[in-house]
Amino acid sequence: MNNLDVLLWIAFPYAAAASFIVGHILRYRYDQYGWTSRSSQLYESKLLKWGSPLFHYGMLAVIAGHVIGLLIPREWLEFIGINEHIYHLGATWLGTAAAAVTVVGMLILLARRGAVKRVLKVTSAMDVVMYIFLVATIAFGTIAVVQFQLLGAGYDYRGSVSPWIRSLFLMQPDVTLMAGVPLAFQLHVLTATALFAIWPFTRLVHVLSAPIWYLLRPYVVYRSRDTKLGARKPRPGWNRSTLPVKEKEHSMK
Amino acid sequence: MRVMAQMSMVMNLDKCIGCHTCSVTCKQTWTNREGMEYVWFNNVETRPGLGYPRQYEDQEKWNGGWTRTKRGRLKLKSGGRLKKLAYIFSNPDLPSIDDYYEPWTYDYDMLTKSPQTKVGPVARPKSLLTGDNMDIKWSGNWDDNLGGSLETAHEDPILAHMSDHVRMEFENTFMFYLPRICEHCLNPSCVSACPSGAMYKREEDGIVLVDQDSCRGWRMCVSSCPYKKVYFNHKTNKAEKCTLCYPLLEQGKPTICSETCVGRLRYLGLMLYDADRVLEAAAVEDEHELLDAQRSVFLDPFDPDVIAAAKADGIADDWIEAAQNSPIYKLISEYKVALPLHPEYRTMPMVWYIPPLSPVVDIVSNTGNDGEDVRNLFAAIDKLRIPVEYLAGLFTAGDTVPIEDSLRKLAAMRSYMRDINLGNDPQEPIANAVGMSGAEIEAMYRLLAIAKYEDRYVIPKAHVESARDLEDFACSLNVDGGPGMGGPGETGGLRKTGRRVPGTPVAATVESFHSLNNLTGTDESGNKRMNLLEWDGKGISNGMFPPPATAGGTA
Repeated sequence: MNNLDVLLWIAFPYAAAASFIVGHILRYRYDQYGWTSRSSQLYESKLLKWGSPLFHYGMLAVIAGHVIGLLIPREWLEFIGINEHIYHLGATWLGTAAAAVTVVGMLILLARRGAVKRVLKVTSAMDVVMYIFLVATIAFGTIAVVQFQLLGAGYDYRGSVSPWIRSLFLMQPDVTLMAGVPLAFQLHVLTATALFAIWPFTRLVHVLSAPIWYLLRPYVVYRSRDTKLGARKPRPGWNRSTLPVKEKEHSMK
Repeated sequence: MRVMAQMSMVMNLDKCIGCHTCSVTCKQTWTNREGMEYVWFNNVETRPGLGYPRQYEDQEKWNGGWTRTKRGRLKLKSGGRLKKLAYIFSNPDLPSIDDYYEPWTYDYDMLTKSPQTKVGPVARPKSLLTGDNMDIKWSGNWDDNLGGSLETAHEDPILAHMSDHVRMEFENTFMFYLPRICEHCLNPSCVSACPSGAMYKREEDGIVLVDQDSCRGWRMCVSSCPYKKVYFNHKTNKAEKCTLCYPLLEQGKPTICSETCVGRLRYLGLMLYDADRVLEAAAVEDEHELLDAQRSVFLDPFDPDVIAAAKADGIADDWIEAAQNSPIYKLISEYKVALPLHPEYRTMPMVWYIPPLSPVVDIVSNTGNDGEDVRNLFAAIDKLRIPVEYLAGLFTAGDTVPIEDSLRKLAAMRSYMRDINLGNDPQEPIANAVGMSGAEIEAMYRLLAIAKYEDRYVIPKAHVESARDLEDFACSLNVDGGPGMGGPGETGGLRKTGRRVPGTPVAATVESFHSLNNLTGTDESGNKRMNLLEWDGKGISNGMFPPPATAGGTA
């Protein structure tokens, strides 16, 4: 366990987690107005129609796979009858399929962003930074799956990466688990960690706004103007206008 | 019975001259911002014509509004809740910016900075989306006054439903203007389609608004509104829509489009309705029944039972009185001359229209007959199927009877009042022919033709007393400037932290959230303070840096 290990596998993940949590809270408190999916569908929809659902549904499958592979201990799965062999088959083939869908969608979306000038013009610097980490994360993850699971003998990340992540959540970080992990997996973890660190400051905040409550609420929403002057409760950062100016000056005299 | 009040509008199309003053003043007030260039909360369409955005009325294409299921229930035409979420990553019904128009500006710099040349410099149009030179091929009012209609009028969705014969003759027959704003529907499909719950109907006055804080830019409202009156701000990536100028209404003033209307054709007032009966009425099977179904949802503000129920539901006395004096109630429920726009969308729209009689009068007059004789007019209304059918396509889901009834009343008013103006004896039979009395005709004439300001706009002020008590409004008494100085003080109510407490009147425009002015507060010692988290990165605000040390100091 050297200093670099501690930095990469303890300090960096916790710093990223802090950034993720504190960043989201701050952004939610101070910049709800900027909290949006930043859709560019108004500009271009023929490519988006294919790229966006492929990418997003692929991502949802990928995320589900990560939850099963990383957060749920091997023993729990074995308890419900999913042994190593079944898990490996599922993770490899379903994982590869999800990765393929995600990558195809991502390539369509990236091509669209580059080729459609209307879309390119609204791409911010933060978008570019986010794309670099997102693409790198997906690329290293795909490489790891193809290199080790699909072509190689298979790497048992459930014996190293998964317990390491759970050790982080349990506040008992175990650096040694990450020492022998293949480079592709390590790079995947590091770029993903970086992505989590910048997450709240990018358009990715829309992920936390997945509107599942829509399924439960009545169609028409009513709100009273009486209890809240304006659309919703005043919150920090929402200074009410003190206009008109003339009255204001008058009252100061 | 659950009584709710709805601020509503009626437009008298006979008086619209298509000057677009409403559109321009609305734009200057609300949408003259980046990202909103193509947005017209108020627009005036020439009919026949394509409308804005192009062919927005073709719901087979856009899937806006509601549809009635076989079991008699209402469902969003674009799909239920699960389908909405399933398509959240790419909305199949969303219009593209090209269905509105690509916003542009002109290269004005060229006009002043061009070197001397043989030919004069030209300000070329530049796209506001890409910055490139562009050819302007379409815009908000490209077919204004039937301009170019030979090529485009056949794409009018209303004409498409009429016979070929009618379509051929249409342009030679008549033309009128249709000003449109948000309908502030009783059963709004945009609100119902919003996954975030950011859109809502105000309980007090029924105005439909978008909470700019909660909107996440999923765009379902844009496609679900059959009138296409929710727009996507492509700069902020949030939905924005007509607010019915609520900051004005709350002070008892009319909307900017109404206030500046040259033809004085807009009416504003309250309608009381039974909120429990809205869905039932919107789901009647026969589309031709929708007009009467919606009329039946409205409550008689003079009915003692309704008044008692309204009071029980928290509607203030002055609002009930305003509902009794409402010009909207007179035009919709008493005279029955106003009709809703596209009731077949089943959203229960609340901006209604008095259909134009002038095309009929013009045709009668042009044939050399007396255009104010009631017999000629009645005969023409019966005979002129083209305008009547077209108007029915707009206002009654194709049922010509209510259109004819409305036009007959307008014709009767015209004839009846001519006799009075010429000093003849008024002809009571003319009024009776349309089921009205002479006195009623005269009252309708005063409302429609004289149209005094105070008759057109009956707007009760919002009740803010209780709301302000809850806020920190009273704190403004504690700061410099002291009690009795009228309104919020400069510092708008401060807590000891020096941060400005939200509690002073709400900022109505988006820009003011970002204006540097609002970022600074003042602490107790009088120093300006600023919250850096709210800084938009542009410019330097007061309070960003500590004040420079004054020479000599203050000891």
